[in-house]
Amino acid sequence: MIEWVKKMFGQTPSSSTAKERLRLVLMTDHLALAPEIIESMKRDLVDVISRYVEVDREKVEVNFEREDKALAMLANIPITAVARPNKPEEEPKAKAEPAPAAEPEPVAEAVAAEPQAKATTSTMSGPPPTRRRRKKKAGGSKPAPAH
Amino acid sequence: MAARRIVITSGKGGVGKTTTTANVGAALAKRGHRVILIDADIGLRNLDLVLGLEKRIVFDLVEVAEGRCQLRQALIKDKRFESLSILPAAQTRDKDAITESQFAAIVEQAAEAADYVLIDCPAGIEAGFRNAVAGAKEAIVVTTPEVSAIRDADRVVGKLNDKHLPIRLIVNRLRPDMVRSGDMLSVEDVCEILSVELIGIVPDDEEIIDTTNKGEPIVLDDTARLRMIYDKIARRLEGDVVPFTNFDGQSLLGRLFGALKAG
Repeated sequence: MIEWVKKMFGQTPSSSTAKERLRLVLMTDHLALAPEIIESMKRDLVDVISRYVEVDREKVEVNFEREDKALAMLANIPITAVARPNKPEEEPKAKAEPAPAAEPEPVAEAVAAEPQAKATTSTMSGPPPTRRRRKKKAGGSKPAPAH
Repeated sequence: MAARRIVITSGKGGVGKTTTTANVGAALAKRGHRVILIDADIGLRNLDLVLGLEKRIVFDLVEVAEGRCQLRQALIKDKRFESLSILPAAQTRDKDAITESQFAAIVEQAAEAADYVLIDCPAGIEAGFRNAVAGAKEAIVVTTPEVSAIRDADRVVGKLNDKHLPIRLIVNRLRPDMVRSGDMLSVEDVCEILSVELIGIVPDDEEIIDTTNKGEPIVLDDTARLRMIYDKIARRLEGDVVPFTNFDGQSLLGRLFGALKAG
């Protein structure tokens, strides 16, 4: 009965709130427990960006912040030099390994427009918290009806 | 045959580790297995009390570790089950009164005389936890459908993964009525969040308070609603595929019948 009243007034059930909060807090916990992963991600990130602009590797900062319903990654990557874009279409391909086309381009463009230190932000949401070494076992997670 | 060595742990205190150890152990013993329960909660001994064996303690875990008595002298046989015995924790010592290797050696020795060695782990993830896990080959994580218990369980699951122990989950004190009204996380939610294989769902039932008050394992009471729940967990441990009771979507009629033959 109470649940119907709650639904009528559009209240979110507290179990959904609990699940959402847990999802976020566990993501944060897992990240805090895996500094080596963050380091490696930081390296890869800087490698990609350095194909387009020169960055100050020593001053790169990567932080995670909790936003309303998601975890956000905030990267502060100081740029020290930007080459004059002669042939914007071909230059990245010439410099780097094959096929970086789609993802890094927006970063390069944003930087070209305003060539000072720039923060890139990406948001992680949607999929449940990931953890290395852990596999979901099929069949074990859903209680089946009894006979 | 090598005994199964299973640590029962949770991270958070008060979620039902000791009650689970006592009742799963009793259920296994009732099914004919030789079972040794080890209370690893040094300083906060309780497994003896839950099983009604507190008056019979002579030696304890730390005295075995220190070589002041033999393991078999310290084991208390449960008179109600021939094949169930417990090794009590020391009550007046600290968690650091024993080392990981001493603990592992005791578990090893117990395993020679049993089919199942269940280790009741203390709360927390410090020395007491490390000791309790030291000799184990498998783990059962007990949690309740509450945010704090689940977060702590997740932390423990991470620690157990580091040790490459297979993990199974018991969701304890489920309130199906609250799950239905959206006021409690469901078993599916908990399993999804923790990504661990489920081995038991224990509904919240005041009956368990009554049996622990008396120091009686629930499987001994033929009228107990939770009796079949623990029996099913024991069978799943043996490797049987036993369907889970669906507590989530029951009708009123189903609930009435469910209360009569809960499992």
